[in-house]
Amino acid sequence: MNDASRQASDTELEIRRLRWQCRRGMLELDHLLDRFLDLGYRDLDPAQRLAFVRLLGEQDQRLSDWFMSRTEPPDSELRRLVRHIVDVVRERRGGSVDLHG
Amino acid sequence: MGIPTRHFDALIIGAGGAGLNAALQLAGADLRVAVVSKVFPTRSHTVAAQGGVNAALANVLPDSWHWHMFDTVKGSDYLGDQDAIEFMCREAIPTVYELEHAGVPFSRLDDGKIYQRAFGGQSQNFGGDQAARTCAAADRTGHAILHTLYQQNIRARTHFFDEFFAIDLVRDAEGVICGALVLEIETGEPLLIESKATLLATGGWGQVFRTTSNAHINTGDGAAMALRAGIPLMDMEFFQFHPTGIAGKGMLITEGTRGEGGYLINKDGERFMERYAPRAKDLASRDVVSRAIVTEVKEGRGCGENGDYVMLKLDHLGEAVISKRLPGIRESSQIFAGVDPVIEPIPVFPTAHYAMGGIPTDRFGRVAMPAGHGSEEVVVGLYAAGECACASVHGANRLGGNSLLDILVFGRLAGKDIIEYVRENPYQRTVDSASLEQAMGRLRRWEHKGEGPTVQQLRADFRKCMEDHAGVFRTEEIMAEGYNKLCELRDRLPEVRLTDQSKVFNTARIEALELENMMDVGMSIAVSALHRQESRGAHSRPDYPARDDQTWLKHSLYYREGDRMDYKPVRTKPLTVESFPPKERVY
Repeated sequence: MNDASRQASDTELEIRRLRWQCRRGMLELDHLLDRFLDLGYRDLDPAQRLAFVRLLGEQDQRLSDWFMSRTEPPDSELRRLVRHIVDVVRERRGGSVDLHG
Repeated sequence: MGIPTRHFDALIIGAGGAGLNAALQLAGADLRVAVVSKVFPTRSHTVAAQGGVNAALANVLPDSWHWHMFDTVKGSDYLGDQDAIEFMCREAIPTVYELEHAGVPFSRLDDGKIYQRAFGGQSQNFGGDQAARTCAAADRTGHAILHTLYQQNIRARTHFFDEFFAIDLVRDAEGVICGALVLEIETGEPLLIESKATLLATGGWGQVFRTTSNAHINTGDGAAMALRAGIPLMDMEFFQFHPTGIAGKGMLITEGTRGEGGYLINKDGERFMERYAPRAKDLASRDVVSRAIVTEVKEGRGCGENGDYVMLKLDHLGEAVISKRLPGIRESSQIFAGVDPVIEPIPVFPTAHYAMGGIPTDRFGRVAMPAGHGSEEVVVGLYAAGECACASVHGANRLGGNSLLDILVFGRLAGKDIIEYVRENPYQRTVDSASLEQAMGRLRRWEHKGEGPTVQQLRADFRKCMEDHAGVFRTEEIMAEGYNKLCELRDRLPEVRLTDQSKVFNTARIEALELENMMDVGMSIAVSALHRQESRGAHSRPDYPARDDQTWLKHSLYYREGDRMDYKPVRTKPLTVESFPPKERVY
């Protein structure tokens, strides 16, 4: 196994571990976190990945407040990450709604 | 068989408000209590409950538990058991005070008393003026309650098994429930938890429908475990739908949007509610609006490429009103629907919200089922509380503020009853090896290799079928067709294969086990709904539009074996007061 494929396989293992952490008490958070894990996590650098793990450790109500712009995360790293997640997961309208996402 | 085993006085499956309130009673009485939760406890769905808890504290307006009882019986469309409802409305008061003492930060009035807000369906003096009965901790009551109960349980040394998935109940040779087989999600290894009493508190099952406001965890695991143990599920046809969920996603768009002047349009831009409810229009009751939306879609006037939703128009209200009076709606619409409601309408469809039915219990949380000759018997050692249970306080429809109340009152009372039960039954029974083997078989089934449909495929087909055939639009023809389709899907389940057979954090295996649970619970809804030939509360039949008390003032009981239905009478006699006889519901 070369370095690139080893890294990819480590990432898949990480994603597997994080998948269950994306199961939350609110549908909105399930949707944002689970979709981001598939659509955006692989593109994060190591520091951003650590920030994502830190984000998953936060309480649901707090996360909901951050994602719905009611309050802001206390540090700039999480603020950037929250905005990035919303940007990656945000539904894009091309004439129809993705009804199966 | 060499399965690792742990012993506790009581096992609680589920760590939402009901499970944690029960656990707190038990731990406080020095019982050894285990709480099994498939996600970290404070990620339970209770956290999503924003509204509040009803209790007749009379802090804002005059109130009495008896008026609360009247409203609940009426709201249930007379299908709720009046003894259980009286009990809940009386117990609401000490339950809220106990939570206050435990540290729940309820919103306050200037005089320091708990603030109470007015909600629909609340009245003073048996149907008179509006009452103010709902105690809330700002708009995050569920979160506040869940966190307080969790902290108190940690202090009381409740033993938590976080991220463990319950497979099945186990019994002794006499059939008495004596624990459960669970699976550690991280390692994929089974664990047998033996207990003197077991409480199912696993929450609802909105995930059986394609469009739901429920979190992904709400897959009806406890209800399905009860079904597999031969216990019927009660009043499963009664499921509350909210008319405006974000299409295809399910997130709630509050009724306040229509209260503020928003209205629904079809693909022709027609304000179609004028045809269905000429006077109330978009403010008609939830079931009327939900059915109108589905009718528009069915008759080809839906929007979008597949014509499978309608639009909620708000842009005429202006940015200031939307931002000020409807906070969160703009963000939610932008993120989940990709539209800015200030500029364009929001795609919406009815979303499955709350299960009124569930595992039948008495008012002490003891699971009870018919024992022949019209009598009922307690399932020894087994309790249920919360949304998964049916103490029958919601009947055919639930009032706002009564769901948190239900989980807290009956969680608390189940805990207290278990304390007595364990005192009287201090010895652990021996798990029957055949019962354990059966539970293990459920796990091993997913080790079968080879070709077959995927979990995702079957899950999507099943949830679509439930939405189309057991959702808000229920005629004989639609439901009978749905039952046949569901039978076909159920027959395909044994063919489903997992491509990933590994053990560590194999969430695909958990999703497969959840699918089995959802299909059992979904079938109970479809069959119960097909049989009830009347319209009552949330169960609305265009082919039987009236309530029929003569024939149908009774509870449905669905058995998994042979999809069999049975019925039992509604308990119309309260504990201490006069009955409220059925009347036409007018609000």
